Amino acid sequence: MKLLAEGSVVVAEAVRLCKPQVISAYPITPQSKITETLAKMVADGKLKAKYLNVEAEFSAISSVVGARAAGARVFTATSSQGLALMHEVLFAAAGLRMPIVMVVANRALSAPINIWNDQQDSISERDSGWIQLYVETVQEAADSVIQAYRIAEDERILLPVMVCMDGYILTHVFEPVDLPSEKEVQDFLPKGKPKHAILDPENPMTIGPFAYPEPYFKLRKELSQVIDGSKEIIKEVNEEFAKKFGRKYGNGLIEEYKNDRKITIVSMGSLCGTVKCIVDSREDVGLVRIRCYRPFPKEDLIEALKDKEIVIVIEKNISLGLGSGALFSEVRDTLYSLEKKPKVIGCIASLGGVDVRSKDIEKLVDSSRRMKDGEVRWFV
Amino acid sequence: MKAGGAIEEVGSTKKVKTGSWRIFKPIVTEKCKGCGICAQFCPEGCIEIVEGKAKIDYDYCKGCLICMNECPIKAIISEKEEK
Repeated sequence: MKLLAEGSVVVAEAVRLCKPQVISAYPITPQSKITETLAKMVADGKLKAKYLNVEAEFSAISSVVGARAAGARVFTATSSQGLALMHEVLFAAAGLRMPIVMVVANRALSAPINIWNDQQDSISERDSGWIQLYVETVQEAADSVIQAYRIAEDERILLPVMVCMDGYILTHVFEPVDLPSEKEVQDFLPKGKPKHAILDPENPMTIGPFAYPEPYFKLRKELSQVIDGSKEIIKEVNEEFAKKFGRKYGNGLIEEYKNDRKITIVSMGSLCGTVKCIVDSREDVGLVRIRCYRPFPKEDLIEALKDKEIVIVIEKNISLGLGSGALFSEVRDTLYSLEKKPKVIGCIASLGGVDVRSKDIEKLVDSSRRMKDGEVRWFV
Repeated sequence: MKAGGAIEEVGSTKKVKTGSWRIFKPIVTEKCKGCGICAQFCPEGCIEIVEGKAKIDYDYCKGCLICMNECPIKAIISEKEEK
């Protein structure tokens, strides 16, 4: 079905196609319209789900963990301070191996209070054990929600997935999209009763027990191996999605765009659309878009960046006290194992929603040859 | 171990004997009439009424003394645990 609609509404439609049984959320700008639309669908009888009106995001995420532990397919969404309030339970959700899907409409964190877009909120949760997908377009946001259920509920993974879309830039933009039918989506998603850790009075079990140091350490190591191992499955799901629906997003982890040039920009999210325009207008620069930030696609990045002279990392977060963004330090760390290391330059862009203009990026590319390895610029 | 540390075996907490955590030890005296209020309130579920008297399982009693506070006829007293 083709439609022209606002990003939030398209995402809500995609969630509806996945038929979650429990939705729990608390309104927060710029996420609100996603769950508002879902609440209306439930009220109008278009989606058979239990919609929980909770008093805060801590309860929203806690109740979807509980509902998932009872075997339901679940959905929640949030932004910024709401995600920060979920922090404690995010670690529990991943540790308990609960396949939850959450959309994060990326927004700056306080203080000062600001409602516009950057990616500080979800980047700050990078160590929680959630798989994180950063999308470039509204179409990708919708498709990624469908892929996210398939990835999360895969018996080899069983991990929560965060679909991160830039607040306003994607949530509030009208974009023509193509949505599959409910039947097609249901055929694509796992069917039947989930086998993993389901609370059932007939077969009692303990979920979330106390663990002494040794079993704790073992389970954390297992968690690390599972999320690392999910890279191949994310690629596999991206391929199968392409076969069924005709759309794919790079190899599922990264997308290379005219990456046969000596300079490459590495970035995430909607900003990559702007970068693609610049890449099209010049001959010296290409793009590698990181779609899957957790697990971090080290192997693919090494392949994509090994012959480069200059790698420019543009990102919408700052790791305070490090002097650069998180992505910059991770990309640079990844390339450290290369014998011939490219020069890596960082750039902090768009904190609190400042527009990134193509001329800013062009100027950065032009001056990159004169910049030192490890130098970080700010677009302010 | 199951994914996420889930435990399918029921009652596995019995393997963890928590009696050594106790600082104060509740003691049931002769006054006990076996009404069972202490057993209902015990958060560890380690009091049983045996032959008309409350019997505390010291393998699991953590010494919270809720039983002593709830006993309507003050039949449970406490003393500092000798270590």
